[in-house]
Amino acid sequence: MTQFFQVFFQECAEHLAEMERIFLSIDLQNPDAEELDAVFRAAHSIKGGAGTFGFSDMTVMTHAVETLLDNVRHGKLVLTREMVEVFLEAGDAIEMQLAGHRDGADVALAKVEEVCGKLSAIGEGGAIRCAGTAPVVSMPEPAQTGAATFYRIVFTPQANFFSRAVPMNLLFEELAGIGETTTIAHVAASDSFKKYDPERCLTSWEVWLVTERSLEDIRDFFMFFADDEELIVEVAATDIPAEGSTVTANAEPETAGPLLPDRPVAAAEGLRKGRRFSDRDELPQGTSGRKHSDAHDASSIRVGVSKVDQLINQMGELVITQAMLAQTAQRFDPVMNEDLHRGMALLERNTRDLQESVMSIRMMPLSFIFSRFPRLVHDLAAKLGKQAELKLMGEATELDKGLIEKLADPLTHLVRNSLDHGIETPVERMAAGKLPGGTVTLSAAQTGGRIVIEVSDDGAGLNRKKILKKAADKGLPVAEEMSDDEVWQLVFAPGFSTAEEVTDVSGRGVGMDVVMKNVQSMGGRVAILSGEGAGSRVVISLPLTLAILDGLSVRVGEEVFIVPLNSILESLQLGPESVNQVGGNTTVRVRDAYLPLLKVADVYGIAKAKERPEEAIVVIVDAEGEHVALLVDELLNQHQVVIKSLEANYRRVHGTAGATILGDGRVALILDVADLVHLWRKS
Amino acid sequence: MENKTGKTVESGIQEFLTFTLGKAEYGIDILKVQEIRGYDSVTRIANAPEFHKGVINLRGVIVPIIDMRVKFGLEHVAYDQFTVVIIINALGRVIGMVVDGVSDVVSLREEQIKPPPEFGAGLDTEYITGIGTSNDQMLILTDIERLMGGADMQLVENRSNADNNSAV
Repeated sequence: MTQFFQVFFQECAEHLAEMERIFLSIDLQNPDAEELDAVFRAAHSIKGGAGTFGFSDMTVMTHAVETLLDNVRHGKLVLTREMVEVFLEAGDAIEMQLAGHRDGADVALAKVEEVCGKLSAIGEGGAIRCAGTAPVVSMPEPAQTGAATFYRIVFTPQANFFSRAVPMNLLFEELAGIGETTTIAHVAASDSFKKYDPERCLTSWEVWLVTERSLEDIRDFFMFFADDEELIVEVAATDIPAEGSTVTANAEPETAGPLLPDRPVAAAEGLRKGRRFSDRDELPQGTSGRKHSDAHDASSIRVGVSKVDQLINQMGELVITQAMLAQTAQRFDPVMNEDLHRGMALLERNTRDLQESVMSIRMMPLSFIFSRFPRLVHDLAAKLGKQAELKLMGEATELDKGLIEKLADPLTHLVRNSLDHGIETPVERMAAGKLPGGTVTLSAAQTGGRIVIEVSDDGAGLNRKKILKKAADKGLPVAEEMSDDEVWQLVFAPGFSTAEEVTDVSGRGVGMDVVMKNVQSMGGRVAILSGEGAGSRVVISLPLTLAILDGLSVRVGEEVFIVPLNSILESLQLGPESVNQVGGNTTVRVRDAYLPLLKVADVYGIAKAKERPEEAIVVIVDAEGEHVALLVDELLNQHQVVIKSLEANYRRVHGTAGATILGDGRVALILDVADLVHLWRKS
Repeated sequence: MENKTGKTVESGIQEFLTFTLGKAEYGIDILKVQEIRGYDSVTRIANAPEFHKGVINLRGVIVPIIDMRVKFGLEHVAYDQFTVVIIINALGRVIGMVVDGVSDVVSLREEQIKPPPEFGAGLDTEYITGIGTSNDQMLILTDIERLMGGADMQLVENRSNADNNSAV
């Protein structure tokens, strides 16, 4: 049972996040009907799930939300800013209740009560009780027979319906709440009573309902219980059948009345279709658990991350094996062994395809973490008395799941910092000639082999003097003539904060060093760009993936390095006329551009490498926006390499992004081009 | 002294793998030894100390190779088919250690292990846990974790180092 709880908790959290996202982005003047429907569905799903698992406090709360939402989406109420605020609070309250059930956390009943009060106050005083374990309340408006319609509802659940533990009694109660109902239970014919299995649902329910609600409304009731194909709702032309077994809620086949012989004939025929005892084997496996209302949700499965990781590890081994085979195969004559070579080519392509598919499993859009920030900014700005708008860009950029999770904390720190230290109060902003409302921008983009994530604001920027003074106070080595870049680096020192007082928002000085540490642990870099009064930009650059990359193997002297393919722009052989000396450095002219020449052999102290650029090969690489020419002896091959950690048993090696195992079993270092350029400049 | 030199068996006997470096004979806890293998070609690591020979591929794991002969300043450092690498498991890492030769596995009772003599402060002898005798030869018993984790080995990145290298 616990595993079902887990699924519910997870889904519930997702639904809450979805609700929050929509509420934060909703256009008050002109709310999108689809979005309202989506929120309604989310609330309804939570309610249904909570009901199934007996979390009645959540049911009550979500029911209140749902009722109000229903009125909004049917145009009975106009959506207001206050309403959205209350919805957000309600979302928090439900989350709190969820945490209560999941982790045994404390639930502030007063808060729940308060939110419920607000909800019902808005919802035209519909008496909604929220305390404790109140039962699900019936829908408020009683049916007015004047405008009422007859509906015939036929609900034919699948045979495994009971295993889904759907509370049918709630459904019947709800239906009874909106009008007059007559319910008939049909039990399909069975071959023999001996084979009778009480856990299989052979029952279908026929409900005759008199209500003024619309057909769509009625369908909504079943949204949680039934798939479309299991449900027939139609306006009935005939009278309510007089005979037939009227059952109370919670009908079980054994307690239900005898089979209704022949009325309504056509429907009954339909109902019996597929209701045979022999269809046990036809039950779809693993269909227990509730159905999603969204079609696209149903097409995904939940898999443990460890399984995916295992898959990726095995994929890595396969790539290495394939590389070894390919290397061995090269020894065979291509003409004599044509089949072998064709097979190898095919194997390589298939391995590559497989690898891409496997890697894509782990890739997730950044919106996964970006989505939490609108709420954070909204709440924090209100708390700090500032006006701030959050702009999100490039949320669709995909990144490895492991990285995304580790990125959440650093980004939260940075966004908080921007709001607390960066954005000024409206008064200060006006005085500085800016608009009263500040903007925090969170953007992500893929450049070459890296993902660049930026948190920028148009606030006050970093204060050089303050940082220097604070650093001096803390005993860090500082000097007046330090460059801005060096000064900004000081904020990454542990315990550094220039905030005048410690608030619960920031100022404890645990932020930036944590940001740096987290990002570095992912093989990333952090840079700060700032101008006083002009705001600041924090740029995080991360490797795209931690597992496998496409690389070009190059030889320098006797050593082999891998240059990530996505950082390579081109490679070419230069004539002597394109090589020039500028001071002690060499530049090369590639078409109309003069690029600095980085001799890999010099940086790594490799002997026996070709010295003269015109004899060797230059590889033009993009080092975070800057183009640099790398001098290597020879280009060897292009292949996929599995990134192996050097840190695991050794330590971080500057200028490299890790190591890999070549086809012949040797180890080659993978160059981190930007880091290499940095290392070269330092030496 | 909890298990510094190795697992104390109930009878008070510890097993050591002994190896030679120059004229001296050393012993390390046998349980820290993963395997012994020959010296393969290594991939050099740039800007590393001379005794960091580089890294090898040990069945899919990247393992650094440390040449203790270079570290201890021995004269005859050759790499041929007789060069021996002891693969050790220490500090949660796998490290390869090049030595002159592997001699034996010896069992020493507790009373056979003498405390190390006090050297001057200049000598870095913290990793020596005791002196044993085997076949009338002195055996220097070492705590391999301390030896490998020492700052002068530059194997484990220490905190201040990491901060200085903060990326830009």
